[in-house]
Amino acid sequence: MDTESHEKLQEKKKKQKKKMTKQKKPKRSPEENEPQEAVKEPENLDKDSQPVFPPTFSVSEIKNKQRRHIMFMKFKQEKRKAKMALKKKIKKQREALGDKAPPKPVPKTIENQRIYDETTVDPEDEEVAFDEGTDEFSAYFNRLTSPKVLITTSDRPRGRTVRFCEQLATIIPNAHVYYRRGLALKKIIPQCIARDFSYLMVINEDRKVPNGLVLCHLPDGPTAHFKVSGVRLRKELKRRGKDPTDHSPEVILNNFTTRLGHSLGRMFAALFPHDPQFVGRQVATFHNQRDFIFFRFHRYIFRNEKKVGIQELGPRFTLKLRSLQKGTFDSKFGEYEWVHKRHEMDSSRRKFHL
Amino acid sequence: MQHDDVIWDVIGNKQFCSYKVKTKNKNFCRNEYNITGLCNRSSCPLANSQYATVREQKGQCFLYMKVIERAAFPARMWERVKLSKNYEKALEQIDENLIYWPRFIRHKCKQRFTKITQYLIRIRKLTLKRQRKLVPLSRKVERREKRREEKALIAAQLDNAIEKELLERLKQGMYGDIYNFPVHAFDKALEKQEEEESETDSSEDEEDDADVGKKEFIAEDEVEESDLSDFEDMNNLKCSDEEELSEEDESEDEEELEMEASSSSKGKTPLKGPARRKRAHVEIEYEQETECQTKVKAT
Repeated sequence: MDTESHEKLQEKKKKQKKKMTKQKKPKRSPEENEPQEAVKEPENLDKDSQPVFPPTFSVSEIKNKQRRHIMFMKFKQEKRKAKMALKKKIKKQREALGDKAPPKPVPKTIENQRIYDETTVDPEDEEVAFDEGTDEFSAYFNRLTSPKVLITTSDRPRGRTVRFCEQLATIIPNAHVYYRRGLALKKIIPQCIARDFSYLMVINEDRKVPNGLVLCHLPDGPTAHFKVSGVRLRKELKRRGKDPTDHSPEVILNNFTTRLGHSLGRMFAALFPHDPQFVGRQVATFHNQRDFIFFRFHRYIFRNEKKVGIQELGPRFTLKLRSLQKGTFDSKFGEYEWVHKRHEMDSSRRKFHL
Repeated sequence: MQHDDVIWDVIGNKQFCSYKVKTKNKNFCRNEYNITGLCNRSSCPLANSQYATVREQKGQCFLYMKVIERAAFPARMWERVKLSKNYEKALEQIDENLIYWPRFIRHKCKQRFTKITQYLIRIRKLTLKRQRKLVPLSRKVERREKRREEKALIAAQLDNAIEKELLERLKQGMYGDIYNFPVHAFDKALEKQEEEESETDSSEDEEDDADVGKKEFIAEDEVEESDLSDFEDMNNLKCSDEEELSEEDESEDEEELEMEASSSSKGKTPLKGPARRKRAHVEIEYEQETECQTKVKAT
C-alpha cells in the first residue's frame, strides 16, 4: 500500500501530469487504501507485504507540509504495527513454551545502566579500610569523641530557615543553634574548636528559603558544601507522628558506593552519637539515589518479624553535593577534593559520583 | 570673551542647560566639575570663569582649578593638583592653592573633600567585611536538576528501602533481646534442618501428608512440649479445616486480628507505646441459639 502511494508521489516529482488528480491522490490515499488494504491483504500476503521505504527516500523530503504529515503518520503507524506484531509473536511463543520459556529480559533502569565508577568501594578493600582507620573521622569511630554540633545560618535568616534549624536541632542530639550576627566563618571556627564542637553546620538561605548547607567537621576535618532542596518542615508533612524524643536515633546510610560516597557516609554517621538508643525507635536515613541524598527521619515499630511500620517525624530534605574541601572552611585557599563541574559531570545521564 | 553673567542668563534661567536636572524643589547640576551639585549662580562651572573643585579617582583626591586666563584653551583649562592622603595636610594644600580665592569656593572645596574622604574610609571598611557573592543560577540547569531529583525520589522507593534495612538489622540481631521475635530465626534454622532430613527420607513425607486434615485434639501440655516449628504448622492445619468447631472459631478470629493488624500497619495510625506482640489475644464469639429455638417452636 505504501509502495503504491510512494510510487505515485515519485511519478509526480519526475513527470508533470495533471496536478488535480495527483494532488488529490495522496490525500485520499490513507482513506482509500485502508478499505483497499483490507481487501488486498490476502493478495498482498502472498507477495512481500512489508512496507519498505527505499533507502534514498525520507519523509522529510516532501515539501508540502500536509502531505508530509500524512506520510509521516503512516510511517509511524507501520512502525507501531510492526512492533505490536513482534510483541504478540513473542508473547505467543512464551505461552507455547510455558515453563521452558527463557526468562524475561531484565528491563533497563538508570541504576542498571550506570557507568561503572572505578572508585567503587569493595567491602574487603584493605586500602580503603586502612585509609578509614587514619582519616579525620577515625577519632569518632574509635569512640574517642562524641559529636557536638553547632547549627547556624547565613546573615539575617527568615522564619522558615530559623524553624528548620530548630527542628534539626531536635533531631540531632547534642546540637545547639546559634544566631549568626554577621560573623565570619573563619572566626567562628577557632572558637568552636576551643569549645569542643565536632561539627559546624551552616544553613544558607536565599529568598526566605534554605538552599545551601555547609557541613564542616571541626578539628581539621573536611568541609562539604551541599545544595539543599525540597525542605519540608514538620507541620508540612502529612500523616506524621508526634515530635521526636531525645533518644539518639539509629542511622541508615544507603547506596554510598564510591570512595567519595563512602567518606560522605562517614561524615553523616559522625553527626550522631555512637550508640543509638533502641528504646527510642527512631531512625535517621540518608539515602543516596543518583547523586541526590534524601534525608528522612522516622519512628519505626516492628509488628512481627516480617513487618515493620514506619511513621515519618521530623523534617525532610534532599542534598546534592557541590564540593568537598579538605580542611576546614576556606573557600579561597582550601584544597578541594571534589568539585562539581557542571559541563563535565552533568553531560552523561548514566554517570554518578556518589 | 567670557561674560559670566550673560552665560548664566542664558543657561541658568531662561534657556536650556543640558546639565540641569529639574526636580520639584531644587535644580541639580550634572556637570562633573560642579562643586556642590546644585544648579546655582555661584556653583555653575560654566558660568564662573574662576572655579575650583575636588574630585576623586581610584581613591586619590585631586584639586581642580580653572582660571579665566586659560578660558580660551579648553584642553588646558583645568589645572589638577594631587592632594595628600593626610587629611590635615590636604586641607592645608587646598588653602594654599586657593589663597586669595573667594571664600565660597574655598569653603565648598574643603567640604567636598571631607565628604569624599569619609566615603573612602567606609569603602575600605566594607571591603574588609564579608561580601555577599551572588552566584547566577541557570534556569535550564535548575529545571533539569529539579526533574532529576523527582525521578530519583521515585526510583529510590524510600519507605521500602528503610523497611528492608530495618528488617535486615532485626534479622542480624542488632537489637538484641528487645524484641521477642527470635521465633522466626529459630524457625528458619529448624526448617532448614528438616528439609535436609526430608530429602533423604521421602516416604515419610507421604505419611505425614496423610495426617494433614485430620482433627487432632491435643491437650495444652502437649502443645508446649512439641517442637516450636509445629506452631506454624498447627496454625495452618487449623485454618484449612472447614468444620464447625470452637477451635475453628478461635482460629478465624485470630486470622481476622492478624489481618487487621497487617492492614493497619500500612495506614499510619498513632503508635501506642512499646511494641507488644498480640499473642493469644482471642475474642471468642458465643452463639445464642435460644431465639431460634423459640421461632422453630412457634412455627
